[in-house]
Amino acid sequence: MKELFSLFLTFAKIGGFTFGGGYAMLPIMQRELVEKNEWVSNDELLNYYAVGQCTPGIIAVNTATFVGYKRKGVLGSIFSTAGIVTPSVIIIMLIATFLKNFASYPVVQSAFAGIRIAVCATILVSIVNLWKKAIKCWIDILFCAGAFILSAFTPISPLWIVLIAGTCGVFCHLKKEVE
Amino acid sequence: MEAWVLFIEFFKIGLFAVGGGLATLPFLNQLVEKYPWYTASDLANVIAVSESTPGPLGVNMATYTGFTGLGIPGGVIATTGIVLPSLIIILIIARILDQFNKNPYVKAAFVGLRASVVGLIAAAVLGIVQISLFHTGQTEILNMFNWKAIVVFLFLTIFRFRFEKVHPIVFIAIGAGLGIVLGGF
Repeated sequence: MKELFSLFLTFAKIGGFTFGGGYAMLPIMQRELVEKNEWVSNDELLNYYAVGQCTPGIIAVNTATFVGYKRKGVLGSIFSTAGIVTPSVIIIMLIATFLKNFASYPVVQSAFAGIRIAVCATILVSIVNLWKKAIKCWIDILFCAGAFILSAFTPISPLWIVLIAGTCGVFCHLKKEVE
Repeated sequence: MEAWVLFIEFFKIGLFAVGGGLATLPFLNQLVEKYPWYTASDLANVIAVSESTPGPLGVNMATYTGFTGLGIPGGVIATTGIVLPSLIIILIIARILDQFNKNPYVKAAFVGLRASVVGLIAAAVLGIVQISLFHTGQTEILNMFNWKAIVVFLFLTIFRFRFEKVHPIVFIAIGAGLGIVLGGF
């Protein structure tokens, strides 16, 4: 019981103090999980991250589930996941309530018009970075362009595009992966 | 009833959004068209707030959109929905970790997935670009461009590429500041 509680608290700390999730969380996870609590080894943690990238869902949540399961089974995984999610839920709801009450003020509306433009710019930069990581050959460009066109100009759900891309990926890349 | 629909929609996102927080964006964008929970301009605020607060981006985005749609229960339901598939999948995989990790089929599928997700995110952002940088309902081509906004966008983009290490929160604050000083767009 004590360890379940400490799993929850440790992951709440990780969720409550790191911005950005995913890779931004790796250093603090190494400190909290590997060095301080010695729940997993560094290699195990990196392995979890690798699998977290190759499975659907949020990488930080996937990692929390792995560590919790390794320590205390199914119950441990539930406590860890609840821990990493709880700070977000509370903080976001407070901010959302606050914004809702002030949304009608002209100053706030002007600020958000500016913020929207900043968001366009940050996402453009994120897309460029993702491109550099994910696009390695001309087939990748076809996948990317195909997904873009299907998603932007047809009503096909992203869900189907993801399924199609995964299936086509097996056909196009399997030979390379087997070698 | 609506709570159940919300749960199912976010469960689907958790199941199919591969490759980190922004990968949820194409799905959230699709919900704008399907349900009256939030609008395309809410979605831009969701991204801004999610990037400026601690916690995993995907969780923040689920909580915010769920809350905007159905209040506090909505936030909790959406978050539970997006997290649950991960929990189930990882519990299954944890037993066969090594086989899964090295399976060539899995690896090949994910090479294709990661490439297509870049295109999906780019398509999802078009809606936000449209409301931020263009005037809607204009017939003459020159009037369609919101020139003031486009100049600010170019400035912010160059700034962002130049100082990539700067925290997004600083960057979003600059956007807010410019918005207030210039009196909206």
